[in-house]
Amino acid sequence: MTIKGKAYIAGAFEHPTRLAKDKSVAQLHAESAAGALRDAGLTKDDVDGYFCAGDAPGLGPLGMADYMNLKLKHLDSTDVGGCSYISHVSHAAQAIAMGKCKVALITLAGRPRSEGHSGATPRMRGADAPDTQWEFPLGIATVNAYAMVAARHMYEFGTTSEQLAWVKVAASHHAQHNPHAMLRDVVTVEQVVNSPLIATPLHRLDCCVVSDGGGALVVVHPDIAKTLKRPMIKVLGAGESMKGQMGGAVDLTYSAAVRSGPMAFSEAGVKPSDIKYASIYDSFTITVVVQLEDLGFCEKGKGGAFVADGNLISGVGKLPFNTDGGGLCNNHPANRGGITKVIEAVRQARGEAHPAVQVKNADLVLAHGTGGLLGSRHGGATLILERE
Amino acid sequence: MAGKERAIPAPGVNPETEVFWNAAKEGKFLLRSCDDCGKSHWYPRAVCPHCLSEKTSWHEHKGGGTIYSVSVMARAPEVYAVAYVTLDGGPTMMTNIVDCDFSTLKIGQKVKLVFKPTQGEGAPPFPMFTPA
Repeated sequence: MTIKGKAYIAGAFEHPTRLAKDKSVAQLHAESAAGALRDAGLTKDDVDGYFCAGDAPGLGPLGMADYMNLKLKHLDSTDVGGCSYISHVSHAAQAIAMGKCKVALITLAGRPRSEGHSGATPRMRGADAPDTQWEFPLGIATVNAYAMVAARHMYEFGTTSEQLAWVKVAASHHAQHNPHAMLRDVVTVEQVVNSPLIATPLHRLDCCVVSDGGGALVVVHPDIAKTLKRPMIKVLGAGESMKGQMGGAVDLTYSAAVRSGPMAFSEAGVKPSDIKYASIYDSFTITVVVQLEDLGFCEKGKGGAFVADGNLISGVGKLPFNTDGGGLCNNHPANRGGITKVIEAVRQARGEAHPAVQVKNADLVLAHGTGGLLGSRHGGATLILERE
Repeated sequence: MAGKERAIPAPGVNPETEVFWNAAKEGKFLLRSCDDCGKSHWYPRAVCPHCLSEKTSWHEHKGGGTIYSVSVMARAPEVYAVAYVTLDGGPTMMTNIVDCDFSTLKIGQKVKLVFKPTQGEGAPPFPMFTPA
């Protein structure tokens, strides 16, 4: 069994808001859903599968499915943090391939900017989570968990703050063309490394934005994709995995992408050097470096050198990434960046990215994300898409 | 030295872990090890994460270790350092490095255990480390 060619992404929509003080989270989910269905040329009554994660208000998928009054044959609220929505595309393709549904809607939304939730504050992930009593009292937050990965990468491989800064510089080059991006100013390596240290060795400009917003995707059966007027964006391969502390055999040098990546490439029947454009989850600059290595775009330990000197800038480097400005500059709705990664990959594959950043003939694209904390336990999801 | 110290929330003790926290109150640092595969692990579990054996037991550890990674929360109201410390002959655990000049902390540095009080009456102290 494979999902290769069994489903297509027909609709993709990124909510334009970045500050939604006057909207509810449910409203942002539903507005994103409406946008993605309009984009596909479908209506809510066509939807028979619904996918969401922990950002959806209510019990699993029930609250939002009822808010939108969906009539469903298939529901899935898998939550592996910010990369959940990349997994959802894979799960939707599986459900479609198995005949469980034909039009799958995936939504994400949240208001962390309005509500004052950032990655610098320790977050309780359930009092009865087995790790909580051992880690919450330590002040482990999002930023310092990723910072420990950066510190170890520098120690093991000689990666520098300047190399990490190039990830942000590339994102800012792209964001200048995105009218919705939160941060549109092009920044330099010097500006990144001279911005305030938040959690050593990560600076403020190594960190993604905190934004309100949402996004949605519509994944459909091939028979439906053929009837629509949108470019045919085929699901070619996917992989998902997780990585934790391995009972105390902690190794911060690699991520779950070492498993999700090869599964996705194998199913798609392509290799990293075939990929024309990559959306890579950029919660922090270090996240991108580790994931690029683990996906096989460069050797382990060489990620710092790989991202340096503009290699991720569209039209300049060998691997154009996050041409919407990514989480570092554009948008990180609900503090979860997975869905925007898929959305920009779809824009690139369709040829609908901003002309200044559109990759020529981007007929094979990848989206990869990490959910949870790279420094303790995290999910990883990889998706490969092809334009027919 | 560090400035004002961060208040440490009390750990949520449960039946699986209360032996550990009661020992901590007496200044003893316990590790959980597997009676079947012989490996110790962190964080402590009744069921071994290496082989899923239910035969596990507590053993005292002297509390020496080496910093595997460290990050200083430079802009927190009370600056603090999260770290992974590899225990001598044992697993690597998430912790804080305390009672030191944070700017001097380095990966590979030797550290020793120190129990730090947590918030609330009767709450157990938390295992943290300071440069040896």
